[in-house]
Parts: sequence; C-alpha cells; structure tokens
Amino acid sequence: MSPKIFASIAVVITGIVLLYGISDFPTFGDPRSPANSGVEGGAPSTSLYYINESYGVTKVPNLVTSVLADYRGYDTMFETVVVLAAGMAIFAILRSTTKDDETVAGPARKSSIDGDHNRIIVGMTCRLAVPVVQIFALYVVAHGHYSPGGGFQGGVMLGASFILIALAGNLDDALGRFSEKSYMALASLGIIIYAGFGVVPQVLGKNFLDFGVLQKILLTDGPEMARSHSMLGVEIGVALTVMSIMFAIFANLSSRGTLKGGL
Amino acid sequence: MILSFDIIILIFLIVAAVIALNVKDLLSSAMIYGIYGFLICLLWAEMGAVDVAFTEATVGAGVSTVLFIATILNTRRRSSD
Repeated sequence: MSPKIFASIAVVITGIVLLYGISDFPTFGDPRSPANSGVEGGAPSTSLYYINESYGVTKVPNLVTSVLADYRGYDTMFETVVVLAAGMAIFAILRSTTKDDETVAGPARKSSIDGDHNRIIVGMTCRLAVPVVQIFALYVVAHGHYSPGGGFQGGVMLGASFILIALAGNLDDALGRFSEKSYMALASLGIIIYAGFGVVPQVLGKNFLDFGVLQKILLTDGPEMARSHSMLGVEIGVALTVMSIMFAIFANLSSRGTLKGGL
Repeated sequence: MILSFDIIILIFLIVAAVIALNVKDLLSSAMIYGIYGFLICLLWAEMGAVDVAFTEATVGAGVSTVLFIATILNTRRRSSD
C-alpha cells in the first residue's frame, strides 16, 4: 500500500508546482502576450511575422503546414526519422523468424475475411469501410495546405485502414494486401523522398531543404509555388513512412513477432 | 473559448483519468484511455488548435488504443495490484 501513498504525494506536489507555474502564464488568447505581440521595445512578434508574411512567401493558406514543412523542415524530417527508428526498434525486439509455431496459423486461418462465409457481415463491412478511410486519408494528405491535416495524420489513417483489415479478419488478410517487404521498403522510401527534397536544392547550389530553387525542376511560376508543391511532396514522404511504421508496429505487436494469425 | 463547454470536458477528463487508473481490467482501462484521448481532442479543437486535435484523434484515440489492446491480448489481462 505504501508505494501508492508515495506516488499520490508525488502527484500532488507535481500538481501544485504546475499550478504555480501556470499562474505566470498570459491569459488564453491575450493579444498582448509576448508570443503574440513581441517583447516591448525589443524583438517583434514571431507569430505576427508568420501571419503576415508566410502566405506571400509560400502560397499556403494553412499556417501550420507552412511552418511545419518549410520553416521548420529539419524538425519535421527528423521527427519522421524518429518514427522510422521506433518502428525499427520494435522490429528488432519483437520480430522472430523461428518456424516452431505453425499451429498458430492453422485455427486463425478460419477467421479470414476472404472467402469465409461465417464472417461475411464483418468482412463486407470492413471491405466497404476501408476504401472510404483510405480515400479520406489521401484527401487529408493532399489537402493539408488548405485545411487541418497533413502527412502525419493522413499516414496514420492509411495505417489504421490496414489495421482495420487485420482486426476484422486476421493478420494474413492485411499482410496479403500490404506485405512485410513492401512496408519496409515504403518506410525507407518516405524518408528518401523527404531527404531528396532537401538534397536537390543543395545540388542546385542552395541550402538543404530550400524549396524555392526547385522552380526550375517543378516548372512552376515563381519560387512561391515551388515551395507549395515541394511541401506536398514532403507530406507524401511523411505519410508513406508513418503509414508503414504504424502497420509494422501493429503487425509485430499483435502476433508476437511471428506475423501469423493475429489477435 | 466557451467556458461551460471547457468545464464539462475537463470534468469528464478527470473522471476518465481516475477510472482508467482504478479499473482492474486492463482492456477496460485501455478503452477508457481512448475516451480520455478523445476528450483531449475535443478540448484542443475547441481551443482552435485543429491540427493538434486531428493528430490526437488519429494517434491518441485511434492507433494507440489499438496498440494497447494488441499488447493486452498478448499478455495477462488482469492487473495484479
């Protein structure tokens, strides 16, 4: 019982410290807070800079996307690398290639959504839902410039559609549609696409991830539209990696690394 | 920012957190954690951070709950403390 008491005391103390820290915050949406108005007599506001300038420079109405994919391009790229590293860690820890559990595949085969008439309602519902989810995910990726969304969200939704197949039937159904070889290849391909959008400007003599110079390759009018289109390419790379890694983590977790049977 | 909406969500948030910590059955705990993630998603959408809310809805309430369930079904289901 005593560990719980100690934990409760620690939680209460942490809560008091956090509440004390919050008392110094500006109120929610205060236009005179330092983040919104800048330091008095000092530096001008960053958020005002993004609000005023970012549309003219990138032609992307969604400020969050332009900040994440262009101004903070390094940050997003290495976040994607972190996702890939997490997937590789799960793979390295869980994946086992021993062939001693052939019995797992036997009974689980029966609960497949393909051609099993005992699961026709579940199979049909899943078959109808998955294309809708995937098309909406593609919309989220492609429309991330104009509305909330982008590579991470769309990629997670694409991965979730494959997870839905694996949950409704068994893991072999999902792996038949998205095999281990292809998700490993796509996870790396996403990073290569992102890094490629960084390296090509370097070859053309600019900084890493400086998308404006790509107007010669993408044949756009002006560097602004080149930035906008490059952001779409970058988001597609992020979506590929996140989709593959989400499904890889689920596949390895749910089958204890054997990639057979499933839940 | 709508104050009454905020207060309702925050009350539900605390209730969901306390229940998720105290339920013995780990599967129920994972499901209630999904509810907790979805309430936070509502709170963020209401505060105007729609991109963050979208990420929370897909990752926090969706995939992480599924990953918890996948882990729980491969381990013992009841907590021992």
